[in-house]
Amino acid sequence: MQVPILKQGGVLIATIQAALSDADLLELRTALVRQVVRYRSSGVIVDVTAMDVMDSFASRTLLEISHMIRLRGAATVIVGIQPEVAFAMVQLGLTLEDIPTALDLEEGLAYLQQKARSIN
Amino acid sequence: MQRDKTVLNQPAIQRSRPVELTRNEPKMELLRELVAHLRQNRTLLLEEWVARIAEAQLLTAMTQEEIFAEATLVYDSYFAALETGTFEALQAYARNLSERIIPRGVETHEVVGIVLLLRDVLARSLFAKYQADYEKLNRILDAFEPAANRVANTVAVGFVQERERVIRQQQEAIRELSTPVLQVRERLLILPIIGVIDPMRARQLTEQLLRGIRTNRAKVVVIDITGVAAMDVTVANHLVQTVEASRLLGATVIVTGLSPEIAQTLVTIGVDLGKMNTVGDLQGGIEQAERLLGYKVVTLT
Repeated sequence: MQVPILKQGGVLIATIQAALSDADLLELRTALVRQVVRYRSSGVIVDVTAMDVMDSFASRTLLEISHMIRLRGAATVIVGIQPEVAFAMVQLGLTLEDIPTALDLEEGLAYLQQKARSIN
Repeated sequence: MQRDKTVLNQPAIQRSRPVELTRNEPKMELLRELVAHLRQNRTLLLEEWVARIAEAQLLTAMTQEEIFAEATLVYDSYFAALETGTFEALQAYARNLSERIIPRGVETHEVVGIVLLLRDVLARSLFAKYQADYEKLNRILDAFEPAANRVANTVAVGFVQERERVIRQQQEAIRELSTPVLQVRERLLILPIIGVIDPMRARQLTEQLLRGIRTNRAKVVVIDITGVAAMDVTVANHLVQTVEASRLLGATVIVTGLSPEIAQTLVTIGVDLGKMNTVGDLQGGIEQAERLLGYKVVTLT
């Protein structure tokens, strides 16, 4: 299943809408890393609200996406992690260290805007 | 089980019925006779029973008069149950009695003890009455024992059930009381933790907090552990996990009120608290939270 990537101002928004296979995740990674520079975006939001399960591959891929996007000159925010998923992830040791996270899309956008403002 | 056996042994169920009846008929007669006897000697037996209760030092939480009044009620419903063979009234009474005496600290062994004492007292009086006729005594006891045992069982089970109900209710109340997640300002929650944290409570705290973060759209959470006397490795690790899980939801956690003992323990046992944002007291924690949220407190003069 493909993940739609929307462009909203200077931000790319990828909304994951169902459980993804490993191949889908890698595809998403490639697409985001490509498009972030093509659209001259300053930030990327990955919305995982619909994900009921976050396994080690998924969380490692999110970590990689964040690091790769940083190398391409933009910031990444993961939004919409469910409370149960968050606790399960922490228990498995998947803490997504040094990736910014936010409650939902709105918060994620606010975070990126604030970040852009502090740079300018 | 017994009914199964009868069915198995006797192929025609219809035929087994009259046999049962004729076997039961004298039993009912005997029961009636023994109830009449016990009723005649009501005052005497009752006094004997209450004396035995006092002797065995049961129901010490109640006064002599109260014991007597309750004993009279138990005695009478006992006979109602023996006579009619229905236990609903007794069950209701046992529940009612338990409801009244549990708050006064009456223990299970006391309730079971008094019912068994009553059984002994009654059996003794039957021995005394029928000692001349061994055959009859046997038959009377055959009728009395199962009924008496069932009465004892009903009262004991009623008591235990009531007790369990009370315990469940209290557990529920404690659970609800123990994890208040409070919003003190827009997007700022505090979670005061008081008392002992066991793994189950820790888990519940985390769940409540994460849910609270979502519903209140909180950005900062202050967890105050001033009221926590001690902390072990498991709980400390759980706290760290809670902080990380909150971060995944986009909230920053500030932990306040770590006591000197807890601070020393945590460092000694080597729990990694590097990721935790700690402030000395709750006031300091709330002030820092306000700074993070961009609030500024100004005195109006």
